[in-house]
Amino acid sequence: MLRHLMSPMDFSVDELSRLMDLAGDIERNPKKYAHACDGKILATLFYEPSTRTRLSFESAMLRLGGKTLGFATADSSSAAKGESVSDTIRMISCYTDICAMRHPKEGAALVASAKAKIPVINAGDGGHQHPTQTLTDMLTIRSLKGRLDNLTIGLCGDLKFGRTVHSLIKSLVRYENVRFVLISPEELRIPSYIRDDVLEKGGIEYKEVRQLESVMPELDLLYMTRVQKERFFNEEDYVRLKDFYILDKKKMDLAKPDMLVLHPLPRVNEISIEVDDDPRAVYFQQGQYGVYVRMALILSLLFPEEYKVLEQEG
Amino acid sequence: MLNVGKIEEGFVLDHIKAGEALRLYRDLGLDKLDCCVALITNAKSKKMGKKDIVKVECPVDMLDLDILGFIDHNITVNVIQSGEIVGKQKLVLPKRIVNVIKCKNPRCITSIEQELTQEFILTDEEREIYRCKYCEVKYGAQRE
Repeated sequence: MLRHLMSPMDFSVDELSRLMDLAGDIERNPKKYAHACDGKILATLFYEPSTRTRLSFESAMLRLGGKTLGFATADSSSAAKGESVSDTIRMISCYTDICAMRHPKEGAALVASAKAKIPVINAGDGGHQHPTQTLTDMLTIRSLKGRLDNLTIGLCGDLKFGRTVHSLIKSLVRYENVRFVLISPEELRIPSYIRDDVLEKGGIEYKEVRQLESVMPELDLLYMTRVQKERFFNEEDYVRLKDFYILDKKKMDLAKPDMLVLHPLPRVNEISIEVDDDPRAVYFQQGQYGVYVRMALILSLLFPEEYKVLEQEG
Repeated sequence: MLNVGKIEEGFVLDHIKAGEALRLYRDLGLDKLDCCVALITNAKSKKMGKKDIVKVECPVDMLDLDILGFIDHNITVNVIQSGEIVGKQKLVLPKRIVNVIKCKNPRCITSIEQELTQEFILTDEEREIYRCKYCEVKYGAQRE
């Protein structure tokens, strides 16, 4: 059965564990996988600009020996002529073996998956889902902390519009003894469908605070986020909130010696560049794990029988 | 007092909130059926003060009443055969609603691809929450 990836919750905890095991093996033995995708083509259909995600997918496929084709903006695709996502994916299914799609409209990748004859990976659909970022975050945590359970995780910044934060919370509540500290200004608090439906309903321990300094000593992980200009309808609100939290050396001094700082990037002002050299700042390493996890994902979706990461019943 | 005659076979939908009969007529697709339909609005009701009633004369297996559960599960559905009430149909919340309500999220793919079905899934039965199949925004709300 053809599997796709629309949301990080599409995969069970066991499937995620096997996917991360495969990513770990790729990290340790890259040569073993250098020709795993010989003769295969990945389509990168990016209806809105993205540097990291698109290049990370292309790098992943190239490192597996495959090839890529696609477009980087809607202007350079037939979408500019008014072609629907459903029609585009039917054609792309004839040209390629697997597809990564980013689209500004929420649910676009789901529409594509319903018509596709090839696996579709949601590479971001508006403010909705961005599952490969979550897989990247999880692999980074598991690789550098050695576990996904028994963690106190601080999430800081834009917790309202930040889809990476929502996906990460939903994914991590499936592990034992994970506790969240939600640090945000009042206007950017976590939405009710996460607070009530996920945290309260699941009996997950969490607290909401306004100040970063006071909670630094208790964190095992600090996940910083950018206040995204494109999510605001009002420029004034954006200007007022964009520099609400700035992680600097002084605040890092309050943290545990083995605390990790993650960030989905791009970073603007929320992490001072003086933090970059701190060994606990792992946001650039995250990019490397992003490639490994996408390599593992491509292999799992393209060759389900061989890698046995995903259940076949779907 | 207005009198509407008995029907032989079909449904009498009673205790509809006053003013909702016309919406119900459309949502049930009654305008597409070639059968006798009576809409009574603002009828006197002991229980509700005012209510609407819809009578539909058609074979009892012809109508999909699932959508009624979504519109208002307090509506009474009387099943009529040979001119008599032979039963009352219990209304439950449908698991899916297709092409009845529209997603109002301007960021949803359904806002630009008109040929897509408007599909909502029941995600929380207890709190009667429906979410758009595509963008998962709750019916009646923009993204929270």
